[in-house]
Amino acid sequence: MSTHDDLTPTNDLPGVDAPAPVRETDRPAYDDDHERTPLLERFPGRGSAAAWPLGLLGVALLVGGTFLSWSYTSNVLGDLSVDFYPNGVQICMIILGLVALVMLLAHQGPLHRLGDWLDTAAAVRILGLGALAYMVITLGIIAVRSGGLINVNPGGWVSTVGALLIALSGLMLVSHQSKDPLFAQTSSWVEIITIVVLLAAVLFGATYALGTSTGGAFSLFLVFAFALAWGLAKAGFFTWVGLIAQKNRQVLMLGAFAVAFLFPFTQGGSDENMSIATQVLIFAATALGLNIVVGLAGLLDLGYIAFLGAGAYVGATMSNSAFATIGWKPPFLVVVLIGACFSAVLGLIIGSPTLRVSGDYLAIVTLAFGEIFRFTMGNLDGTNGPDLTNGPNGIPAIPELNFFGFDFGQPHEILGITIGRFANYYFLLLVIAAIIILVFTRLNNSRIGRGWVAIREDEKAAEAMGVNVFGLKLFAFAGGAFLAGMAGTVKAHHDVSVSPDQYIFLESAFLLAAVVLGGMGTVAGVLIGATILKLLPEKLRFINDYRLMIFGLVLVLMMRFRPEGLVASQRRKLEFHEDDEDLAERIEEVHLEEEEAKA
Amino acid sequence: MTVTDETPAQPTPGSPTPAVPGGAPVLEARGVTMRFGGLTAVKDVDMTVNEGEIVGLIGPNGAGKTTFFNCLTGLYKPTEGQVTLNGEVLPPKPRAVVVAGMARTFQNIRLFGNMTALENVMVGRYCRTSSMALTSILRGPKFRREEEATRARAQELLDFVGLGGSAEHLARNMPYGDQRRLEIARALATDPKLILLDEPTAGMNPQETRQASDLIFRIRDSGLAVVVIEHDMRFIFNLCDRVLCLVRGEVLVEGTPGEVQSDPRVIEAYIGGGDDDDDAPPRDDDPTTGADGIPNAPMTTEEQP
Repeated sequence: MSTHDDLTPTNDLPGVDAPAPVRETDRPAYDDDHERTPLLERFPGRGSAAAWPLGLLGVALLVGGTFLSWSYTSNVLGDLSVDFYPNGVQICMIILGLVALVMLLAHQGPLHRLGDWLDTAAAVRILGLGALAYMVITLGIIAVRSGGLINVNPGGWVSTVGALLIALSGLMLVSHQSKDPLFAQTSSWVEIITIVVLLAAVLFGATYALGTSTGGAFSLFLVFAFALAWGLAKAGFFTWVGLIAQKNRQVLMLGAFAVAFLFPFTQGGSDENMSIATQVLIFAATALGLNIVVGLAGLLDLGYIAFLGAGAYVGATMSNSAFATIGWKPPFLVVVLIGACFSAVLGLIIGSPTLRVSGDYLAIVTLAFGEIFRFTMGNLDGTNGPDLTNGPNGIPAIPELNFFGFDFGQPHEILGITIGRFANYYFLLLVIAAIIILVFTRLNNSRIGRGWVAIREDEKAAEAMGVNVFGLKLFAFAGGAFLAGMAGTVKAHHDVSVSPDQYIFLESAFLLAAVVLGGMGTVAGVLIGATILKLLPEKLRFINDYRLMIFGLVLVLMMRFRPEGLVASQRRKLEFHEDDEDLAERIEEVHLEEEEAKA
Repeated sequence: MTVTDETPAQPTPGSPTPAVPGGAPVLEARGVTMRFGGLTAVKDVDMTVNEGEIVGLIGPNGAGKTTFFNCLTGLYKPTEGQVTLNGEVLPPKPRAVVVAGMARTFQNIRLFGNMTALENVMVGRYCRTSSMALTSILRGPKFRREEEATRARAQELLDFVGLGGSAEHLARNMPYGDQRRLEIARALATDPKLILLDEPTAGMNPQETRQASDLIFRIRDSGLAVVVIEHDMRFIFNLCDRVLCLVRGEVLVEGTPGEVQSDPRVIEAYIGGGDDDDDAPPRDDDPTTGADGIPNAPMTTEEQP
């Protein structure tokens, strides 16, 4: 009978077990560059002894070149015309060169043992090619700005040749990686120092990136950051970072908050960058709320911005604005609660009829709800209904927040550093983001979180095991709305005015893009995704017209090559790679080791 | 044994007396009928399961066994008839059925593949635990206590089904037989009074089948009633106190394994009318001979590459 067919899986079992011992001895599994790209194998001089000294020479030239002037004129990319005084654009190359140096020394030389864990050849290759791209763009910018390559000073050429040599060296080197960085055992102080260094790098990087005055310098920084990240990722460094981040989660959280907290102090009271930072933070906090709905409960919400808007409208109508339509003006904390609850009620109203049916319907209904919200707000102007929102004009002149005499509109001095208006809101938003992150992580690691995972995995089986599927979905939906409403009330004061056209569908799409790009179900991923999506258009005004096209393209590429997002939660990774047995085994092995370490 | 330690509602742990079939009825299905449009998949089926009883449900493919299971567990709303558990009428909602004390496994294993074995079982505890959002966010002592209890209970159940050492393995990486046992552990985690097993030995080799029947006996001994759908006749006649044979949605025969085994109607239903009785015994053994014959072929081919 049917058992005949069913018997075969049992017999596959020895086959499944068999590859396990192979993985220990030689590991071609993830060091698969050599297998997949035979072109690289055939690169002239591959494996030759000259590769390594060539790389060292390249580093020397690249770094040496940065101490010479790159440009004849002094008005390109800051000032590149001074000898022995590298500016930011040049310091980026020094950093890239030094990382390449470490990789080379790990390949062969004093850090030899490190090379067992990292794919040094790939790292040198990517870093070299990245540096080369960086130099070519730089030379191009100098040529365009000051009229021809004749204006490039020797330093620029020296560094370019250095970058080229590093790239060549990387193409010729053959990695001797023999161990998977996932199983690296490192002492905890090394891990914590790594986390601190990485966080400090993020702080400096963010400060530098925001401080760049021209689009060119910012683009170059992006090239640099991308090359550095990709090179280190190729080497397997981030695999290890992901591991230690999980091990030292609390250190990482505290550190990340410390960095976020310190950021305004690096701005010296300037509101220019802080205004971008607060916008990023509002966006990130909202995306984190959406992440509960999409990332944890697996519900596609295309109208999430409406919940932010609902909170903002509540915040505006109950504020002290002369245009506020409701006479009742409770204290702000009460308004926050009312706004959050109002949003949550809207979520319940939308969710209860739609969450019983399959996911597609919810997406359509939420999409429609977002539009309904916007049109309703645009029409409650006294002619079509009660005068609540002043229609398309919105509610302007929302006064600054004032907590116990602490006026958010005024700059304050803390330890001699001026904290401007936007920095005040930044701190408040940081608190809200912290609350959302806390809610997110704690729910994720609880009975409710397990229920959500079960629903995502197999809704029917979850229901048959007694999981309250409908209730949990509704809770995620309303809970996400609650958090968005909370952020919305602050946003109203931050933006000073509230109008319907701030809450268009595109904003919902961007929020969703941030979650998907960063990595559904992760905090770090969504923060990164939100930062990228909000920061880039702010700094790269010249790509503003094309940003939709670019983001669309990036998302398509992401779905093809890394559907789990930039930062992947292990479970999501497994869900997206249902057929990848090797990945499942690897993740399980790490998991088992962690458990052992705990015990 | 261990199962009963924590559930005071059930008989004392020290009484492995194979509960007399004939204790109080746990499950009573009366006149269950399920129609899909013009097709009647299940027609007027009555079934009673008593405390501590193992009841088998057999029948040819397409006889409506799984449909009947789905009617019992609320996945389908029966067109007619009602199901009572411990005297209370069950609403046709899967969750309500689990809460009332009836759990099931699936014919095609439906584990949460990307969760670990322990997490799978912990999901089964969902309906017996209560910490809600605020408790989970604030992480009070109640939350911690409940979380610990859930974990301990899940581990205990894994030990019970013999998977204690695989707690942290991903469900999808586990061998087939272990997945079946894990599904049983997950169902047991809901503290059921009655457990429905849909083809628990499908795809198992003879040794795993023996282990499965051993496990089902232990479940019964811990005070639960069990209903089993199975195609493996030797397995089911060994195991069950009573067997129902379902053919074309109707109960053909109900009785002790011996009665059902020798009933000519059952044999006829399986091999079709008009055949000699001589063909019947090998037919009954069919899955076993299949298990002996079929695995050998792939085994040998597997060694070649």
